[in-house]
Amino acid sequence: MPESDLYREIQRVADRYPVRRSAIMPALHLAQGKHGWLSPDALREVADALDLSPAYCQAVASFYDMYHLEPVGRHTVEVCTNISCALVGAQQVLEAFEEELGVHAGETTEDGEITLRTIECLGGCGWGTVVAVDHRYREPVKPEDVPGILEELRGG
Amino acid sequence: MAKGPRQLLLEHADERDLTKLSEYEAVGGYESLRKALDMEPGAIVEELLASNIRGRGGAGFPMGRKASFLPKPDQATKPIYLTVNADESEPGTFKDREIMFRVPHALIEGAVITCYAIGAETAFIYLRGEYYTEFEIMRAALEEAQKAGYVGAAVAGSGASVTIVIHRGAGAYICGEETALLESLEGKRGQPRSKPPFPAISGVYASPTLINNVETVATVPDIIELGGAEYAKLGVENSAGTRVFSLSGNVVRGGNYELELGTPLRSLIYDIGGGIPDGRELKAVIPGGSSVPVLAANEVDAPLDFDSMANLGTFLGSGAVIVIDDRACMVQLGLRVAQFYMHESCGKCTPCREGTRWMVQILKKLEEGRAEQGELDLLLNVCDRILGNCLCPLGDAAAMPVASYVAKFRDEYQRHIEEGGCPFGAESSLAGVMAPVDQHHAHMRSQIEVPVHEFA
Repeated sequence: MPESDLYREIQRVADRYPVRRSAIMPALHLAQGKHGWLSPDALREVADALDLSPAYCQAVASFYDMYHLEPVGRHTVEVCTNISCALVGAQQVLEAFEEELGVHAGETTEDGEITLRTIECLGGCGWGTVVAVDHRYREPVKPEDVPGILEELRGG
Repeated sequence: MAKGPRQLLLEHADERDLTKLSEYEAVGGYESLRKALDMEPGAIVEELLASNIRGRGGAGFPMGRKASFLPKPDQATKPIYLTVNADESEPGTFKDREIMFRVPHALIEGAVITCYAIGAETAFIYLRGEYYTEFEIMRAALEEAQKAGYVGAAVAGSGASVTIVIHRGAGAYICGEETALLESLEGKRGQPRSKPPFPAISGVYASPTLINNVETVATVPDIIELGGAEYAKLGVENSAGTRVFSLSGNVVRGGNYELELGTPLRSLIYDIGGGIPDGRELKAVIPGGSSVPVLAANEVDAPLDFDSMANLGTFLGSGAVIVIDDRACMVQLGLRVAQFYMHESCGKCTPCREGTRWMVQILKKLEEGRAEQGELDLLLNVCDRILGNCLCPLGDAAAMPVASYVAKFRDEYQRHIEEGGCPFGAESSLAGVMAPVDQHHAHMRSQIEVPVHEFA
């Protein structure tokens, strides 16, 4: 089988570390970027590139919140509901997203476009509520900002 | 005279774009590196010791002492590593993010100086996965520093060689704990190790490793510029220097503020932060991130330094000040804090894995008015049995604050039992907050519950 771009990219990353297994996290980030989630095929590609077993890769991936072991929407909207954001109205922001999208936290819209979830502290506490839209922070977000954010996301 | 704002680390960051190398150099950037390269490595560690700087990550351990635990480069049988802890995740804390966002070169310069001082040729920056924008800024700054010869072989024309690797995390609070971070960096699940051996003896790849927080490392160029003794004059006894405090919650102007240690908490909340919005009253303050015991409203005259906080039974922690106004229900606060630590428990130690879950169950019963009198004592009993019984402080981080909420607001907890429900109802600012641990179960509310009385 010819070497894939992902395979080569993982090799390049692995060269940065004294021990190649250290490259598993960047490799999982790369594989998820390519496949959208860490499907069994994606995990196998990472395992092959680093001479690890797919089971080992899955064991590591399942430890970390940012790796998706199930398919997710093309876009992700993550609302921080930890205390600093919660004190200034994060639940109202979450509910505005739920209403606009017609899904609950933890679900994906029927068209597979947007996954909505709550997330633990994102580190923007002084500017709550913090919402990560495709991993870019929006801060502060108020309930009235929600329709505009989604319009931008769907238009883009 | 009362202490107040003092910019050292964030100096010039308001007027200039210090993410650009030329701008950073224009205000003396990388001069400390040149100065350090003319010194003996051991003399740099002496300066760090003289500065009395204590770690800015949370534990407050003196940086110079930690560095002096490492074997001397000529006695080391394995390579020595520096690891920068940039996995900032303690709720309420966002200072390291701001430092990387605004003064990335201070972190890089500090890392190179520290490597030279301890005889390390490689530094890893373990950068929180969610901080993607900050990762891009750090990566661009690192490329610029490499091109300019400040990082790489023959640093600034000297014999020293330093490589910096930025390693992105992937969403796990526990990886901010130093040994979990090392496990994660080695490509494993981020579960803490048993200590000893300490990282200074056996850290990443079983090699001697110095681990310091972003803010601590980024302060090193200032210490070299001023000299350790001069730096030590800033702040107060046992708390030298400045810190970047993260201010959040029910306060008019949340944000990061660099203050001399010893600045009164009241001055941060009211003079700098603009006080409590919407005409509300101050109810409580969490002074050092969600893992530390709470302060009541009448305790805010205390200065922000390590000893003053310890005298009040709490910690300066990560310097994250969370302001809570009178709309918040303290049972809901306890529940939300416990839910966070339950979510982030790595599962290795039983008291933390089971105890945090048990705390959440009792707090939910309390909030919903289903708890009986004995369960408040049971909650404190669970906290007590977590404390000090785990490999790392994550379990303590759940037990300490919740026990403090009960201690300082016991009447409020008691009312939940006596009135059979929350006295605040929907009026609480924290009412009905959906925590990540709950969202997967949102449609099957009838969760299996451990029958707590049988264990009581």
